Amino acid sequence: MSNPQAVIWADKLSKHFGEFVAVNQISFSVQKGEIFGFLGANGAGKTTAMRMLCGLLLPTSGSAAIAGYDVYTQTEQIKQNIGYMSQRFSLYEDLTVAENIRFFGGIYGLPDKQLKLKTDELLHTLQLHTEAKTLVSALPLGWKQKLAFSVAILHEPAIVFLDEPTGGVDPITRRQFWDLIYAAAQQGITLFVTTHYMDEAEYCNRICMLVDGEIKALDTPANLKKQHQAQTMDDVFYHLARTAKRTAD
Amino acid sequence: MADVILQNIGKTYNKGAVKAVTDASFTVEQGELFGLIGPDGAGKTSIFRILTTLLLPDAGQAWVLGNDVVKNYKAIRQQVGYMPGRFSLYQDLTVEENLRFFATVFNTTIQQNYHLISDIYVQIEPFKHRRAGNLSGGMKQKLALCCALIHKPKVLFLDEPTTGVDTVSRKEFWLMLNNLQQQGITILVSTPYMDEATLCRRIALIQEGKILSVETPQQITAAFPFALYAIKAAQMNLLLSHLRQSPLIHTCHTFGEYHHITFAQNTPHSQSHLLGYLAALSHTQVELKPIVPTIEDCFINLMN
Repeated sequence: MSNPQAVIWADKLSKHFGEFVAVNQISFSVQKGEIFGFLGANGAGKTTAMRMLCGLLLPTSGSAAIAGYDVYTQTEQIKQNIGYMSQRFSLYEDLTVAENIRFFGGIYGLPDKQLKLKTDELLHTLQLHTEAKTLVSALPLGWKQKLAFSVAILHEPAIVFLDEPTGGVDPITRRQFWDLIYAAAQQGITLFVTTHYMDEAEYCNRICMLVDGEIKALDTPANLKKQHQAQTMDDVFYHLARTAKRTAD
Repeated sequence: MADVILQNIGKTYNKGAVKAVTDASFTVEQGELFGLIGPDGAGKTSIFRILTTLLLPDAGQAWVLGNDVVKNYKAIRQQVGYMPGRFSLYQDLTVEENLRFFATVFNTTIQQNYHLISDIYVQIEPFKHRRAGNLSGGMKQKLALCCALIHKPKVLFLDEPTTGVDTVSRKEFWLMLNNLQQQGITILVSTPYMDEATLCRRIALIQEGKILSVETPQQITAAFPFALYAIKAAQMNLLLSHLRQSPLIHTCHTFGEYHHITFAQNTPHSQSHLLGYLAALSHTQVELKPIVPTIEDCFINLMN
C-alpha cells in the first residue's frame, strides 16, 4: 500500500500517448532521506514517469503527490520543492561558477543574504573557492557534475531527481559524487536516481525496476538478488529487462 | 604492419591551452578488437578524429592501413568505417534511404555487402520506411553501425557506441562486434564503461589525454601491484568512513555491494588486525575476502 505521508507517493499512475501506454499503473512511495534507484531499459518509461513526478507532464490517470503536492493541480509548488539534475542539462557553460550559483539561487527565490552564505559554504565544500570566477565550460566534467548537484540542492528541496548524473564520469569522481548523495540523504533530502551503472544500484536503499511501463520489481538490492538468485544487480537487471516485450521504440 | 599505428600523437586546442592528447602511442593489429577505455574528456574522440582524418594532429605521426593520416587521408577514407559518438546520420531520410546513401557514396550497393550487415539490419528492417530522426536510441545505434559497414571497411572506428544504452542492448552490441571481428574486420572501439574492457582483446586506458597502459585486460589486472580485498558489513557507509580513517588501510573504494581495500602493509596478520579493529567499532556481519582486481580497480590505481 502506498503511504500518502511519504515524500513521493504514486498510486496507479499512468500515462498514455494515444494508443501507447508509456507508464502503466505504477504505485510506490519513497520515504524522507531515502536513496531510491529508478531503473529500466531504454524505452521502459523512466523519463515519462519522472516528468510526471516533476510536474512537467500531466498523467492520464491515477494519482501522485510530491512533497505533499498534487501532480495535477499543484505543479508549480512541486517545481519549487524539488531539485533536478541530468547528465545533459545541468549548468550554463558560459556563466562562471559563482554566476551559476547566483542564477539558480535566484530562480529558487533565495534571499541575497542566504545566497551569499550558501555560495561560500558550497565553494568551500567542493574546494572550488579559487574557481569562483572560472567559466563552467572550463571545468573538468567531474567538477561540473558535483557543482550541478550542489546547485540542484541549494534551495534545500525535499527531493532531488538525478537523471543519470554520473554518465561518462571517471571512476574516482563517480565515487566522490556518491559521497555527496549520501551526505544529502543524511540531511534528510530524498534522492530519486536513475543510472546505467549497476554498481551504483547497490548504493540505493531500494530499487524500482520498470519493464514495459510497469513496475516489475521493487525492493532492497539484497532482497532483489535473493529473489532472482543473482550474484550482482547487473544479473537482476538483465534477467528482468530481457522479459520486455516492447522494443525501445 | 599493424592496421593502426599511433606514434607520439599530440593535440591541443585553444592555442595550446587545452591539451587534449599528449604523446599517445599504440598499435592495433589486423583483425584485432581493440578498446580505448576512459572517461569523458580523456581524449578518446580527438584520437578517433585524427585517425579518421577529420582532425590534424599537432605532434607525432599516425598511419591507418599503411597510409599517413595527414598525407594520404583520401586513401584512408575509402577503407575505413566511422561511427561517431554523436548520431550523425540524416534525420530526415528514412532508414533505408540512409543506408542506400552511404552505399552509393562509397560506390557500392546494399546488395553487394548485405552479408556484413544482415544480422543487424534484420532488427531494424521492420522500420525501414521510418525517418532516422524518429528512431529510438538503440535503433539509431544499429542503423549507424550498418551505415559504417556497408562499404565493407577494413577498419571500423566506433566512438562510444554504447554510451547511454542500457545493459541488455550493450550486451547485444558487443555480440555484434564479436561477429564482425570474426569476419576479419579490425575494430577500434571506445567506451567509458570499464566492464566492457574485458570484451576486447587488448585495451588502452586513457585519462587526461595520456595513455596509462596498453595490454590485454588479463595483463592489466595481473599487473595490479597490491593484494586486493573485498569487504562488507551491515553498515556500509559507516564502514567506509571507518576504513578511510584506519592506519591499517592504504586505499578504500566503493564497489557496489562491497568496498575494495588494500592494506598499508600486507602481512599474514593484516586481515585479523582489521577484523579486530572493526569488531571494536561494533561492526556486524563483516565479510572480508581476497579478490582478483577488475579493470576499474586498475584504472583507479593508475589515476593516482
